[in-house]
Amino acid sequence: MERAKKGDWVQIRQTVLTPEERAPQVPEDTKKVPLLLWVKGFACADASIGEQVEVETVTGRHTKGELFAINPRYIHDFGNFVPELLKMDMQLKNLLEEATRND
Amino acid sequence: MTNLDMSYAAVMGRRNEIMKQAVGIDYSVFETGGVGFEYERMMREAGYTLEEIREIQSSTGVGDTPIFELRNLTALVRKFSPKGKGARIFIKDEAANPSGSFKARRAANAVYHAKRNGYKGVIAATSGNYGAAVASQAAMRGLKSIIVQECYDSRMIGQPEILEKLRACEAYGAEVVQLSVGPELFYTFLLLLEETGYFNASLYTPFGIAGVETLGYELVEQFKANTGKAPDKVLITHAGGGNVTGTARGVLKAGATDTEIVGASVDLSGLHMASDHDFNRKSFTTGHTGFGIPFATWPDRADVPRNAARPLRYLDRYVLVKQGEVFYITEALAVLEGLERGPAGNTSLTAAFAVAQEMDADQTILVQETEYTGAGKHPMPQLSFARSNGVELLFGNPDDEKPGTNIIFPKDPSFIKVRDFDLDKARNSYIRNCVTNNKLESVTEDDVKFLSEDTKSSADYVKGVLKELNIAIK
Repeated sequence: MERAKKGDWVQIRQTVLTPEERAPQVPEDTKKVPLLLWVKGFACADASIGEQVEVETVTGRHTKGELFAINPRYIHDFGNFVPELLKMDMQLKNLLEEATRND
Repeated sequence: MTNLDMSYAAVMGRRNEIMKQAVGIDYSVFETGGVGFEYERMMREAGYTLEEIREIQSSTGVGDTPIFELRNLTALVRKFSPKGKGARIFIKDEAANPSGSFKARRAANAVYHAKRNGYKGVIAATSGNYGAAVASQAAMRGLKSIIVQECYDSRMIGQPEILEKLRACEAYGAEVVQLSVGPELFYTFLLLLEETGYFNASLYTPFGIAGVETLGYELVEQFKANTGKAPDKVLITHAGGGNVTGTARGVLKAGATDTEIVGASVDLSGLHMASDHDFNRKSFTTGHTGFGIPFATWPDRADVPRNAARPLRYLDRYVLVKQGEVFYITEALAVLEGLERGPAGNTSLTAAFAVAQEMDADQTILVQETEYTGAGKHPMPQLSFARSNGVELLFGNPDDEKPGTNIIFPKDPSFIKVRDFDLDKARNSYIRNCVTNNKLESVTEDDVKFLSEDTKSSADYVKGVLKELNIAIK
């Protein structure tokens, strides 16, 4: 099991509201799941993934939760190539050429 | 603080107290006892003058963004227009602001105000560009910042666009608190305000909205300097209402009373904004009808008691475009004009492409924003994400698009259209909401006056709607 040392940059997870505690106005599918929260900070103690740990966030706040990730990476990127976009680009360039030729 | 009740109901019950501390405005002084409140007085007394705001913004490098004429896009418009039609399209490159969007204007004011009033930090609830704007401005002024964002569904699958905002906020030194789908985000937001004593950099305070007035004012000044007159139409992407309200107020302050104010949103009808399932089936996280219509028809749903963003006061026209059309125009902006921006910010540009075809060739349209683009926040990752969530990508007639099921790109640019949203319908439901939410049985002539100002309609129109609702006027 991956373990964080005191002072490591980590992400924790908290359950803010259980399904039973959710607000009355939320739709049925949302009411079936808890309201979850993730926040990052420096671990205040050693802990393993899934264990409760306190963190100090970059604003100096102290908060506790289940250790979720250590040095979490940014996972977003440019995604898979979408060939449809290229089709639009080619069409647009051809249309502009036609439009300016007729001027 | 330790003996306070932290339960959902108790914290929500304390919302007015918490907000008063966190915004520093006593909204009750602007209340007039009836439905209405003194809007202009609130904007004057709780906000800043246009001159002050220009100074505040210029001290952190905000504003004075360039306007570009989109000549190639205009040529393409004219290819699909009747002879003599096809207005010139211009765009204000708001991506040139620090943090990459017009939201820097709103944040500049809010953060300045927080600093001046001795707050140690600022908090904003936003999944959009505003978070990065607040974090950036807070960094410049040496305040701490916390951004609260709705980011994931319950499986922790995040919208790529929002994940990029997380990265940007963290890059500017903010603490980012991320939540799964649900309106109870507000509860966490209140808890954080109470715990930290930070300033609520709400999007909807008088200073936030006044921050956008410089955009409207500036664009008229620049446009007059370049072309000799104000633009015939200004197109504005409409979500929470601040962009429309602030820009329109600035345009009016610059004396351009004949300029038509057109709002545009992406049509996401059918998707529930608080649904865990629907959350990752939309390909726009802002600029869409899920914000645009509720905020127009009930602005006081915001995180402050009286919303300074009141779009129905200013909109002359409100049009809808489809997701597939905005992606297409985003490509056009990149390959024909050499500007990689958006996509969400290009909602109004998409509408401009269709509206320009109705206008004479010597008329002008100004699209008042662009936004930065990057990993996650770009047509490729957003469409790739849509496809991975089972949303079908097709070419055809965007009128057939079903949000959450498919995205239909126009077969060619002739398929790009605007669909007019009947503003009278919006005005009607705003008045209806006023009656229901205030539990009204009768109203006064002063209430009628307020409602007519708040909906840019006549007293007779308001009285007609009230009559339908069996509300007596005393």
